[in-house]
Amino acid sequence: MQELAWYLTVLLVAATAAVFAMVRWQSDLAADYGGVQRSAYRIRDRLFWVLLGVGVPIMALTLWDLPYVRAGAPAAPQVVTATGFQWYWDLGRTSVVTGQPVEFQITSADVNHGVGLYDADTRLLAQAQAMPGYVNRLRYTFERPGKYRLMCLEYCGLAHHDMISELEVKLP
Amino acid sequence: MRPDPQMPSLDVAARRTIAANLAVTGLVLLLMMLVGLLLRLTQAGWLGLEPDLFYQFMTVHGVGMVGIAALGGASVMWYFLSQYVRLNSGVLAANLVLFLIGVVMILGADLIGGFAAGWTFLYPLPARSSGVWGTAAAAWHLGGLLLIGVGFLLVCLEIGRALVSSYGGLGRSLGWPQLFGTSMADPPPPTVVASTMVVIVTTLALVAGATIIVLSLVNLMVPSFEIDPLLAKNIIYFFGHVFINATIYMAVIAVYEILPRYTKRPWKSSRVFLAAWTASTTMVLVIFPHHLLMDLVMPRWTMVLGQVLSYTNSFPVLVVTGLGALAIVHRSGIRWDMVSGLLFLAMFGWMAGVVPAVVDATIIVNSVMHNTLWVPGHFHFYLLLGLVPMIFAFMYYVTADRQDATSEDYDRWALRVYIAAGLGFVVMFLYAGRHSVPRRWAVHLPEWVLYDQLASIFAVLVLLAAGLFVWRFLVRVPRLLAAG
Repeated sequence: MQELAWYLTVLLVAATAAVFAMVRWQSDLAADYGGVQRSAYRIRDRLFWVLLGVGVPIMALTLWDLPYVRAGAPAAPQVVTATGFQWYWDLGRTSVVTGQPVEFQITSADVNHGVGLYDADTRLLAQAQAMPGYVNRLRYTFERPGKYRLMCLEYCGLAHHDMISELEVKLP
Repeated sequence: MRPDPQMPSLDVAARRTIAANLAVTGLVLLLMMLVGLLLRLTQAGWLGLEPDLFYQFMTVHGVGMVGIAALGGASVMWYFLSQYVRLNSGVLAANLVLFLIGVVMILGADLIGGFAAGWTFLYPLPARSSGVWGTAAAAWHLGGLLLIGVGFLLVCLEIGRALVSSYGGLGRSLGWPQLFGTSMADPPPPTVVASTMVVIVTTLALVAGATIIVLSLVNLMVPSFEIDPLLAKNIIYFFGHVFINATIYMAVIAVYEILPRYTKRPWKSSRVFLAAWTASTTMVLVIFPHHLLMDLVMPRWTMVLGQVLSYTNSFPVLVVTGLGALAIVHRSGIRWDMVSGLLFLAMFGWMAGVVPAVVDATIIVNSVMHNTLWVPGHFHFYLLLGLVPMIFAFMYYVTADRQDATSEDYDRWALRVYIAAGLGFVVMFLYAGRHSVPRRWAVHLPEWVLYDQLASIFAVLVLLAAGLFVWRFLVRVPRLLAAG
C-alpha cells in the first residue's frame, strides 16, 4: 500500500508540475484572454467529469473493506490486550501464531498513545490509537513468523520514541 | 505592466500595522525554520538535542508556524479587503499586540517551564507529563494560545462587521444572490467572497479552540474536572484543521488580486467560483474526522464521511482557483519577477500538496501512513511551497517601487534554490513516510538517518533562501510606509 501511495503521489505531482511548466513556458506569448478562458472552462468541465468518473470507483473500492471491527462483533481467535503507559506497553501476551486473526484490544492508562505494528523490516503493517477510557479493536492476521514490534505512533511525552515492545509470531 | 502597490484606501496607521505584521511574520518564520532545522539535525545524528529540549522545540515549531501562517495570511486579507470595505486598523494592531504577548507566554512556558505537549495539546497530556513540566507551564502555554486566538477572533469579528455593513449580510458577500439567481447585480469580488468564507469558518474554529483550551485549563486547576478524551480530540482537530486551512484561504487572496494586475486579465467571481467557495465553506467544517481515522471507536459513518469529503473538498476551490491561475497566466505575456514567480510557485505548491493529503485521507492508506513522516510531508508541501511563497510574494509586492525592479539576480537565484531545496525537503518527508518512519520521534533508528541527513541539507538551503527574502523585505519596508 505504501508503494502504491508513493508512486501515485509522484505521478500526480509530476503531472501537475508538467502543466505548470508548460504554462510557464508559453507565458511569454500573448493571446486573446477570451479564447484562453474558453479553453480553460472546457478543460475544467472535462476535468470535473474525469474526477467524478475516477473518484466514484475509487471510493467504492477503498471503502468496501475497511480496517474496522464492527461494534459487538465477537473477538478474534487470538486476543492481545495492549495498554499504553508513559512510556511502555503492557501486553496481555507477547506471542501469537500465524494464519489466525489476532485482535489487539488497545487502550491507555494515562494519555493518548498509538500502536504501530511493525514487521522485522520496520514496515508499518497496521495501527490504532490508544486512548484512556476507550478500547480500540484492531485485527491483523500474520502470514510469516518472526519478531514484530509495537511502536508508539501518538506523541505522548518525553520518552515517546522509546515505547517499543516486541511480539513474537510463531508457526501454529 | 508595472504593478501598482499603492492602495489609497489604506491609511498610515494601517500601513504601519501591516508592515509590523509582516516583519514579525518574517522574523518568526525564520526563527521557526531554524528550530525545525535543529529538529531534523538531531534526527540526522548531527546534533545532540536531548529529548526534553527536542520536544519543547517541536512544540514551539508547530505552534509558531501555525501562528505566523495566520498572521501573514491575515495581513494579505486585510490589505486587499481594505479596497472594498472600511476596516478599523486598531483591531489589526490589537491582534499583533495579543499575538506578541501570547508568543512570549508560550516561549516562556516551553523553553523555561519545559512544556512540550505538541501543538495538538491532546487531553490529558498537558496535565500528565510524568513530572517533565508543571501545571504552571501548561497553564502559561495554553493561556498564550488563548490570547493569540482572541486576537484573531477580534480580526474575524471586525472583518465580519465590515462585510455585513457593506454588503448587507454574509450570504450576500458570499455571492448567494448571484449564485442562486435572485440578483442580476455584479457579484462581490473574489477577495470579498474568500474573506467571507474565512470569517465564517475561522470564527467557528476559534470558538471551538477557545472552548477546549478553557476546559483544559479548568482540568489543570481542578484535576477532578475531567473531559472525554475522544471529545477533546474531535474539538482540537476541528479547530486545528479549519484554522490552518483558513490561513491558506486568507493568503490566496494575493493570487486573486496580484495576478490580474500583472497580466491585465480580470479575475471575476463567476457562478462556478461562487459555488466552489460556498461548497468549501461547508465542507472544510465537516472533514476533520480524517484526522481521527485510526480512532477505531469513532462512528464508522464519520470516518467514511471524512474520506469522501476530503476528496470532494479538495477539488472545488483548488480546481477553480488553480485552473483560474493557470488560465490567467497562459499566453498572457506576463512579466516574471519575484512577485509573479513566487505566486506561480505557490499555486503549484498548493495544488500538488493536496495530492499526498488526499492519498493519506483514504482510510486503507491512512492505516499504514497515519502519524508517519508522510503527514508532515503533505502539510509542509502546501505550506512551504504554497502558503509561505504567497506571503513572500506579498512582501515583495507591497515593497515594490515603480521606479525599481522587484527582483535582482540574487533574488532569482534564491527563488530557484528555494524551489529546488523546498521540493527536496518535502520529498524526504514523504519518502520517509513511505518507509514507515514515525513522526515526532526525537531519536531515529539507524536505517532512517539518511533521510534525515538529506532533509537537513535541503532545510539549510531553504533557510538561506527564506532569509534573503525576509531581509529584502525588511530593508525595503520604508517603501510600504511611504506609499499612499
